[in-house]
Amino acid sequence: MSGHHHHDHDHHHDNHFTPIEARVKALESLLVAKGYVDPAALDAIVETYETKVGPRNGARVVAKAWTDPAFAERLKADGSAAVAELGYGGRGGEHIVACFNTPNEHNLIVCTLCSCYPWPVLGLPPVWYKSPPYRAKAVIDPRGTLADFGVTLPEGQRIRVWDSTAETRFIVIPMRPAGTEGWSEEKLASIVNRDSMIGTGLPRVEDAL
Amino acid sequence: MNGGQDLGGQMGFGPVRPEPDEPIFHAEWEKRVLALSVAAGAMGQWTIDESRHARESIPPADYLSFSYYQIWLAGLSNLLVTHGFVTPDELALGEPVTAPRPPKRVLKGADVPAVLRRGFPFEREAPAPAKFAVGDAVRTIVMHPTHHTRLPRYARGKSGVIERVTGCHVFPDTGSQGLPETAQWLYTVVFTGPELWGRDADPTSSVSIEVWESYLEPA
Repeated sequence: MSGHHHHDHDHHHDNHFTPIEARVKALESLLVAKGYVDPAALDAIVETYETKVGPRNGARVVAKAWTDPAFAERLKADGSAAVAELGYGGRGGEHIVACFNTPNEHNLIVCTLCSCYPWPVLGLPPVWYKSPPYRAKAVIDPRGTLADFGVTLPEGQRIRVWDSTAETRFIVIPMRPAGTEGWSEEKLASIVNRDSMIGTGLPRVEDAL
Repeated sequence: MNGGQDLGGQMGFGPVRPEPDEPIFHAEWEKRVLALSVAAGAMGQWTIDESRHARESIPPADYLSFSYYQIWLAGLSNLLVTHGFVTPDELALGEPVTAPRPPKRVLKGADVPAVLRRGFPFEREAPAPAKFAVGDAVRTIVMHPTHHTRLPRYARGKSGVIERVTGCHVFPDTGSQGLPETAQWLYTVVFTGPELWGRDADPTSSVSIEVWESYLEPA
């Protein structure tokens, strides 16, 4: 191994970053050195979206809506105020609207222009949500889009697509599956997966904890 | 603008490919780009709509081939340069050459939870009553501005119905250009699939968009 080691080229060994990693490191160093960003703030932002804010928040909202009809009514009337009762809100979800699935209509959320997504209740969006295939297809072929997720809606259930073109953020409230009567809110929340709150999936009773 | 970002109804991208057990980030640098974008945005030197415009101004061939956080990185770098906070040379070097331009604010680590929890509400005092009410038939205007707009191409010149009056919200088209903030009534407008896509549409589908008042005329 030492036979391949040339002292003249030692500096190359420090440069083991890919071009994009190097660019991002350069940008971070520069902004910190110029006093524009606080490194502690960067870490706190990452920590928030890695550990504190995610689809478990939304699942709690759905489970409460399933078990507390008065909460469901408040959620219909003012989504932001209702999710704030559970402590959720803020950046990327200042104005939340809850879209309730019914036997007659299934809701599907998209942002054709970028990646708008209800951060406080679902966290950061998955890559497919932000990528061209989904953003292009959801509005023109919503049933074909659901088929890509292995979801087929019952005959006669209409489909309603919500394109998030403003600061309003949408969360789908799926229908409570049969066979969950008497379950606790916590157990109900465990079957509410992320995709069921985007509309590309359905709750799965077999996921129950 | 009719940039690479306006994707609704385009074809040829193939199926949506969900990733099983997708991680929140796919690389360390993605975390830093997210955090840098949020923290730099918190300096208060540009609006969220200006940052959207910076991203959609990336040439379409690049926009469609970049990963999401590559788009964010390009947009943020561009904003920092155009607002005079860094120079292209400094971006390449990773260290300051010119004196800093003092920003309006710097987000401190200790303030992050409160700032994220508070967010940046976009509703404003209404300067006038809403022109439209729930149930009104409306038509979106046809326009092709070179600046940022939130009226997607597929929904221009289309007839729909007001389903919801959301409130008076910050108007992105002007805010994205660095002009003084204005606000307009914002509505949810629903269109049938056939109105948007003609004979190729799924007749049992409908699509709504969020529409500012100046995008609308009575049908």
